[in-house]
Amino acid sequence: MTTLINYWPLLGVAVVVAGFAWRKNPVLVVVIAGLVSGLCAGMSVSDLLAQLGTSFVSNRALLLFVLTLPVIGILERAGLRERARDWIAGFRGLTLARLLISYLGVRQILSMLGLINVAGHAQTVRPLVAPMSEAAAERNVGTLSHDQRQRVRAMAAATDNVGLFFGEDVFVAIGAVLLIQSFYESQGIHLSPLSIALWAAPTAIAAFILHALRVWWFQRSLRPTDESPQTDSANAAD
Amino acid sequence: MLRIEHIYWLVGALLLGGAWFNARERHWTMACFWAILACPFLFGGSILTLADSGNRLPAQAMGVGVLALGFLAARHSGLRGANDESSSVDARQASASRLGNRLFGPALLIPLVTLLIVLTAGYLHWGNTALIDARQTTLIALGIACVVALLAALRVTRSTFSQSMREGRRLLDALGWAALLPMVLATLGSVFAATGVGDAISALVSAAIPVDNRYACLLAFAFGMVVFTIIMGNAFAAFPVMMAGIGLPLLINGHHAEAASLGALGMLTGYCGTLLTPMAANFNIVPAVLLELDDQYAVIRAQFATALALLVVNIGLMAVLVFR
Repeated sequence: MTTLINYWPLLGVAVVVAGFAWRKNPVLVVVIAGLVSGLCAGMSVSDLLAQLGTSFVSNRALLLFVLTLPVIGILERAGLRERARDWIAGFRGLTLARLLISYLGVRQILSMLGLINVAGHAQTVRPLVAPMSEAAAERNVGTLSHDQRQRVRAMAAATDNVGLFFGEDVFVAIGAVLLIQSFYESQGIHLSPLSIALWAAPTAIAAFILHALRVWWFQRSLRPTDESPQTDSANAAD
Repeated sequence: MLRIEHIYWLVGALLLGGAWFNARERHWTMACFWAILACPFLFGGSILTLADSGNRLPAQAMGVGVLALGFLAARHSGLRGANDESSSVDARQASASRLGNRLFGPALLIPLVTLLIVLTAGYLHWGNTALIDARQTTLIALGIACVVALLAALRVTRSTFSQSMREGRRLLDALGWAALLPMVLATLGSVFAATGVGDAISALVSAAIPVDNRYACLLAFAFGMVVFTIIMGNAFAAFPVMMAGIGLPLLINGHHAEAASLGALGMLTGYCGTLLTPMAANFNIVPAVLLELDDQYAVIRAQFATALALLVVNIGLMAVLVFR
């Protein structure tokens, strides 16, 4: 196995690392990395182009989320995000931590049931969860500074990711568990999907506890700032 | 029967709409960008069928298209904010208080209709044919839900269809190259797989570790999953490589690790890497753009501590559970 390994395609990895480090346009970096890796492996140009084309087409499901954009766009124009903020502001006792921890739990349970596309950054985070988080945080802190507002939004997106990743693996019928099972199957090890999914449960629970603690600490770290009044007017267009 | 292909045609039409609006305003770079990106959605099925039957010309043309998208993306690297200049804050606030909670209806229809269709798809038949292709139920359901939600949104806000297309285009342009990144990264993953990058990495790792210590092997497996996921942007791509390189020969066959728990925990260890990498663009970079964050790595920064803490927990769980 160690005899005939060609290490030159690793140059493609180097291109990716260097490109991201220098903050070049990621799409261009990735396309060039593919070219470098393919040519170093001795693929012909026609093979490489066909490989690029077919796998690009095969992965088009990743762009399906753009179908939500006309809906979200028109609702935003009609004031969806403003409404989400006002609505949350009307709840007494709903803090940022309670909001995000509830969302984390719901997202984990939904993805455990295989409902991974029900929520997401375009579907739920931008139009609902992010403005709601800002409103909830503002009730504790008062007006958020620009920097705090950015961190609240990033935390809302992070919460969606953690909930998705560490719920999904418990679901047996698609994705990760089937990939694991089919890998073992091809190596002659027979396992039922359920016996694999079971072992994802401890990590799912740990992910919930750890991220909930982090959200809670994050909320405690948000303090009213002196600069907030003037940054508020600069941010009014948000 | 409703197939995923039909939903892809809708995506293609939306992207062509984006191209058309840009062309009318003589923004040629973005017009070409969206027009090329519409191709895999409009003709993807035929490209794949023809490639399978030996005619690789359309696939190669698409490959040239991918290269073109890379250069167009680099020409248009300045991301515009998704803020709408055409509607003022006051107008939105007034509209928000006029429409009230009715605004939530269409937004919530996206998840609710998706859920409803996923749950009932098995029972929807016309004669003997299922109405919805069972292999792609969730994605088709999401597509249908978007159409239903759009109709509801037009009704609630009393907007026209062309207005919704303009709003869609505004958000598309705001995403710009970030919308494309997940697809090109997945493509890079398949090129890496085809050129043997995975074999080379696992050969390097197995050459560097003391193979007779089971905990050293376990650590190498865990860090291999994380590092490889960070490079590929995808734990699914890392898993078969690290399993074939370390998991199966060294841990399962060499140190009698239990396969089911090693597989599940190994994959989840990879997910910790997904939280850390800009290569997982659809999770880490796209939301930073969607939420108008100044720092495109802000979401990764927010996830950093959770990912590292979970990695420690996961390695601990593996050490205890795998060698029972």
